[in-house]
Parts: sequence; C-alpha cells; structure tokens
Amino acid sequence: MVDKVTNILVVGIGGQGVMTASEVIAQTALRAGYDVKKTEVAGMAQRGGVVTSHVRFGKRVLSPAIPAGEADLIVAFEPAEALRWCGELRPGGVAMVNSEPQAPPVVSLGLYDYPADPIGEIRSRGIQVQRLAATEIARGLGNFRLVNTVMLGAISHYLEFSAEVMREVILERFRERKPKLVALNEAAFAAGRERGMAS
Amino acid sequence: MEQHSHLEPLFISGNAAIARGAWEAGCRVAAAYPGTPSTEIMEYTSRYKEIYSEWSMNEKVSLEVAIGASLAGSRAFCAMKHVGLNVASDALLSQTLIGVGGGLVIVVADDVGLSSSQNEQDSRFWGRFAHVPVLEPCDSQESFTMMQQAFELSEAFNTPVILRLTTRICHVKGIVRPQRDSYPTVTPLTGFVKDVKQKVMTPAHARFRIPWMFEREALLRDHSEVSELNRLVGGDDRRVGFIASGPAVLHIMESFPDAPILQLGLSYPPPLGKIRDFAATVATLVVVEEVEPLLEQEIKAAGIAVKGKELLPRQGELAPPVLRRALRSLMGEVAMPDVATASAPVVREQRVAPPVVSQAVLFPRPPTMCVACPHLGIYYCLAHIRNTTISGDIGCYTLGAGEPWNALDTCICMGASMGVALGLDKGRTAADKDKKIFAVIGDSTFMHMGMQGLLDITYNRGNVTVLLLDNRAVGMTGGQDNPASGRDIHGQPALQIDFRKLCEALGVRSERIVEVNPYELPTLFKALRDESKQPEPSVIITNQPCVLIDHYGPKPPLTVVDEKCTGCGNCLDVGCPAIAVVRRETVTKPNGQEKQLAFVTIDSQACTGCDLCPGTCAPDAIVPLQGVSRG
Ligand code: SF4
Ligand code: SF4
Ligand code: SF4
Repeated sequence: MVDKVTNILVVGIGGQGVMTASEVIAQTALRAGYDVKKTEVAGMAQRGGVVTSHVRFGKRVLSPAIPAGEADLIVAFEPAEALRWCGELRPGGVAMVNSEPQAPPVVSLGLYDYPADPIGEIRSRGIQVQRLAATEIARGLGNFRLVNTVMLGAISHYLEFSAEVMREVILERFRERKPKLVALNEAAFAAGRERGMAS
Repeated sequence: MEQHSHLEPLFISGNAAIARGAWEAGCRVAAAYPGTPSTEIMEYTSRYKEIYSEWSMNEKVSLEVAIGASLAGSRAFCAMKHVGLNVASDALLSQTLIGVGGGLVIVVADDVGLSSSQNEQDSRFWGRFAHVPVLEPCDSQESFTMMQQAFELSEAFNTPVILRLTTRICHVKGIVRPQRDSYPTVTPLTGFVKDVKQKVMTPAHARFRIPWMFEREALLRDHSEVSELNRLVGGDDRRVGFIASGPAVLHIMESFPDAPILQLGLSYPPPLGKIRDFAATVATLVVVEEVEPLLEQEIKAAGIAVKGKELLPRQGELAPPVLRRALRSLMGEVAMPDVATASAPVVREQRVAPPVVSQAVLFPRPPTMCVACPHLGIYYCLAHIRNTTISGDIGCYTLGAGEPWNALDTCICMGASMGVALGLDKGRTAADKDKKIFAVIGDSTFMHMGMQGLLDITYNRGNVTVLLLDNRAVGMTGGQDNPASGRDIHGQPALQIDFRKLCEALGVRSERIVEVNPYELPTLFKALRDESKQPEPSVIITNQPCVLIDHYGPKPPLTVVDEKCTGCGNCLDVGCPAIAVVRRETVTKPNGQEKQLAFVTIDSQACTGCDLCPGTCAPDAIVPLQGVSRG
C-alpha cells in the first residue's frame, strides 16, 4: 500500500450518475484496505447543475476535499465539464473524458457558446486526455444509463487496485437491486475497459 | 478516543453517522424539517424502527416535539439546517431555562460554502445566546461518537445541547466504527415530572431560572477545561499553534502536518484555561473557525494574544488551499507543502491551466428546473404578463428568478413571499400604482411559515394574487413527504391537506380560489389575468406533482417536425431542459431589421410528454414521437 493519498475527481451533470461512480471507486478502495473519504458537492443536483465528487484514499485521509491542482485522475462525464475542472489535475495527471457533449439551457438560449473542441483545448494545456465515447457505447448496449459503468471500466487501467474488485463492486450493486442488469453492466464494464486502454 | 468493537466498520456520511449515533444512544424521538445539508439525518433516522421519527411542519415545531419528548423522559433530538434554527430559536431561548428530562440534542447543519441556501450563518452563536453547550465534530466518526456524548452531556448538565455540523461533514462519507448492533435496553425512565416552577415559564418562575441557567453555564465552563473533547492533536512544530473546531481541524492537519492543534470538540463554553496553557507553548497562536470570529473574540477578551480573521476569510470553507494562501506569511517554508507550487512553480505554470477555467472561456451550468417540472408553465406565463412585482419564496421555484423567465423579484426566507407581497402592496408609491402583486410559494413552504402570512393578507385587506404551487412534496430537498403528499415519513398513508379549504379558512373567499392544471397554458393565463384584476386576495392552486416523486406519471415523448419549425424560439421560453437549439440563423425581415432564428429539437430520452411546450408553438411543429411509448 502506498503512503501517498490518491485523489480522484469525478465531474458531470446532475442525473448522470457521478455519485454512483464515485461511490464505486470509494467502495473498491475500501475493499483494498485503504482509509477513504468521499465528498459530494451536489448543490441542487437533481436539476442539471454541475456535480463534482471527490474521492481520496490512502493510509490516512484527513481533509475530504482534494486540494486545488492535486487530482491524480479526473473522471469527466461531459467534455465541457472536463475542461471546467482540468486545472484541478496535478502535473502528469490524467483526464478520462466522455466525449458526448451536453449543452445546458443557457447555451440553448443563446446566452453562451459551447466550446468548439473542449477535449482539444484540454490537450493544448499539456494534459493527458483519454477520450471515450462512453454514451455511444452505452447506447449501443441498449441503455444510456450504462455510461457510468463504461467510464468505470475505462478508468480501471489507471487505478492501482485490480479491475476485478471494481467489477465485483459494481455487479454486487445490481445483483441486490436489479439482477436483470448484471449482464449488461458486465458488458459495459468490459467495453469501457477495452476502449479505455486504446488511446 | 478511538474505540474498538467487533462490528464491521461502516462507510457513511456525517448525516448517517448522526442517525446511527442517536440509535446507539437509545434516542426515542426525532423530528426535523428537511433542509440542505441536514435532510438525510432524518431520512436515515426514520429507518430505525425503535425511534419515533417525523417530518415536522417547520423547525420550531420539530424542536418543540423534541422538547416535549425530553420532558416526557425520553432522549430526543431535532435536526435542521442553519436557517432553521433561527425559526426554532424562540423555543430554544426559553427551553434553556427549563432544562431536560431525557437528553435533548439540537443538530444544526451550517451550509458553509452556500451549497443550497439563502445565506451563510454561524449557528454557534445560538450556543452563546441560549447559554447552552456546542459540540463540533470534524468528520463522520466524530459525528457518531459526539451524538452519544451530546445526550450524556445534556443529561449530566440538565441542558439542551447544540451539535453543529457543516456541509463538509453532512455530505462527506468516511469510516465509522459502530459500537453496538442492537438498540440499547433503555434504563428505567422517570417519566414526566410535574414541576410548575421549573416548566411553566411565567415571569415569576423564569426570574429564578435565569440564575440557575448561569450556574449551569459556569459548571459547563469548568467541564470544558477537563473534557476529553478538547484535546491536543497534530504535530510538534512550536512556531504556530492552532485553535480549531469542526472540519477546519482536518484542513489544518492536511496543510501543516507538523503544527500542533488544540481541537475544540466542545467549543462552547471555550476552555480558556486550556487555551492559555496551549498559547504559552507556541510562538504564535492562530484560531481557525468557520464562519464568524466567535472563539477569537472570546480568546482575545481573555487577554490571550491570538490571530484569526485578520488572516483568514469570514466566509466560506477554510479548506487547505485557503489556509495555505492565507497563512503563507506566517508559516514560512511549511506553508508550501502544496507540491505543485513548492517543487516546480515554473513548470506548473507552463503545464497546467489556472485551477478554475473562467466563465469567459466556459459557460456556467447553473441548476435548472427538471424536464417537465410543473413550475415551468407558471413561470412561462408570469414572464409574459406585464407590469408585475413577484414576491418569491424558498424552493425549486426560486429558480424562476433566472433565465429564461426572469420572473421572480424577491426571495428572503421561508414563507416571506406572503408578508413581503402585502408590504409591496401597502407600501406602493405612485410609480407602482398599477402594478399587479404576485406571491409565489410551494406547498411545503406554505405549511412551514406561509399560512400566517396569508392570514395577514386577508385580515389586513391586502391585494395579492397568491400562486400556491402544490407539487405534493418537498421538491427542493428530494421529494420528502408532507401533508400535501398525504404520506408520513415512512411513506404510509397520512392526512392529506385540502388547500382549498385551508385557504378558505384563512379568509380567502371561495370564488377567489382557483385550482389549475399548470400544464394547460390558456387556463393558466386566464386565471392569472383574471385573478390579478380582482380588488381582493386570490389564491391560484396548481395541482400537478413534482416529476421526481412517484405520484408523477411520465407520458410518451414529443418531437419537433423539422420542416414545420420556423425557428421562432418561443418554446425555449418554457425553460424545459429537454428542448435544445440545433441551429441558429440570422434573417433580414422585410423592414430591413435583422432577426435571430433558433431551430430546436427535443431530447426524446428526457422528454416526458408533459404537453406544455406545444402550447407555445404557433405552427404546431411539436408533435408526439411516433412509435415510442413509455411504460
Ligand atoms: S424537483 Fe420537482 S419541483 Fe423541483 S424542479 Fe424538479 S420537478 Fe420541479
Ligand atoms: S415554438 Fe415551434 S416553431 Fe418555434 S422554435 Fe419551437 S418548435 Fe420551432
Ligand atoms: S413536452 Fe415539451 S415541455 Fe414537456 S417535457 Fe417534453 S419537451 Fe419538455
């Protein structure tokens, strides 16, 4: 077990499953024997606002919030949100980004523009970005809610614990509540894991 | 204070830890009104079948229920957000003169950082005001243990106890080690003890309780000096020593691992002797407290040199980056454990963007109302009626102040829409002679504190058109049940209030009470226009549920026929997040003026077919999506 605290920032929009994803990461870290803290800065989360969740694990975690500029990994469910938060990464940190844009009403109303190429912009800041068509993959599997599991499969390459454990944590959640979705999530995790590796 | 038990550790939030702590302490009665960030405390508590739990109508009632239960001999607590304690304070300031039967704990969650509140305030003030102790945990584990210690302290000193949380405790999950896996067998309780001089606060009785209260406070002051809740933690670098409470303790440990900290778990009354001793061991003493400089003033008044708000902000969380920045001058080299800046500042500048991408670069993403929210139609109409002043209230519908509606002019506190509207009516000047005054309030807020305001309007012959948005739930905090939903905290059938009868009883004439379906725009417009013309108060009640609760039944989605869409953009004024622009065009009208066109699409995965937006589309371009049905 490393002494250092690992910082993972999960970002997205209310309703996308940000909290579930961070919960899975936290539970996996717990199973690996780490001390874990997880914060949920949700605000009025059900209503389309920005959602961020901090997961920190290590031998001992003190402050629950990831200090600015010290995130090891950003898991972004939306490319513009990845751009919004990419400054939180430490030098050498990685951003795993779902490429499907989701414009808010203020953009629809013409009050703001959606950035032309958010992922390119992040890259131009010298940040290592992994682009992943997670929503597309999820839709291909027949349920856009699987985005979550696809993203988790993809980041399993960047975490020090075994992908098996994380997969188990996810599947257990469904075994209890929605057994019908176990196989689908298994497929989503595998798809994410496969694509997450290829750059 | 680490305890050991054979039980599996739990990974839970501060809110869940409070509930667990209460259960393990044998608490019997719990009451709350939902409010971010405290809401989940009562949701979790209600899962323990041994505890009577309830959603109360407001925080004052919740405290009164807890007081009654305590006087009846049971351990009891109430939970609320910071602003709730303002409401409950009337009860608190007299209760403190009475004392307790069973332990009585007031759990209050300060929304430090304003995640979802109208202000940021420091509830520790109430401890000073009411002369009662204040406990401040720093994380889930401490929330759990302190909840139990709070009951013990309450009974030992015959006092209500305030347990103060902040958003960073309520909504942070951490490891908690439970001590028991069964509800404790309750030690024989005395039951209610009749004692008029103690429990009936008339001037004649209260006069004698005041000195008693001050004696109790003096005993608590002594206790604070020896309590294990006030203890030394942290490192051994004597240059700067910290006094801190709540999550700030962890933020300091993270920022300055070598600094010694006197952690005040029992922060009021402060252990001034302990603080003085600690001060003598360090070169400089700094107090880190969220939000107000309460300890700082008390420490200074005791003649101890301390630095505080001259260095640190009086607003928001004192998280590590804030501390490091603010204390850089003081901490010198140790102020730089921020690896990125300390080791390679130049490289960092080159490699990474500033921590926050500014709004100049990126749009903001404010919270929006839900797809198909029953409030959308109301605000669409209000935005299209001229010459109005709209007095708002606390709930999802506060978002009506924003784009695209801009149809809410004031928002103060729970229930204020009523009184403020009456004041706007009575105080109007010639400039506002013809203004129509509307008040917008939700069902839950109306029952919390709005009913009295409506009675004030009718009694004092005000002229206000009240929009009572009955969505049958406390929508803002996640759809908790209330008398509008007709279910109790466990989801069991309960009284369902009849708002029409209630408003009639509050003095609104029955002709002036109109029930409308908020998805029917023409009816809505007509009701708003007609009622606002009346020379007396009216109430327009909307009768469709919040889309997030199970009373709501989604319908098949709609779609936009591209060939028919003229790009007029009217449907965007509804503000439904399922409607998005696909293409913009600028055209020149015959009179030479330029006009912006916005062609739209409807996200069929999100649209629940509420049928509101077709009412705004003149060319009938919005139609049912063929071949899609929703179960
Ligand atoms: S939670 Fe309910 S009331 Fe609130 S915006 Fe959503 S639908 Fe509307
Ligand atoms: S209101 Fe109708 S015509 Fe106008 S933009 Fe919307 S869909 Fe198109
Ligand atoms: S019918 Fe129109 S307003 Fe209603 S949910 Fe669908 S897009 Fe939104």
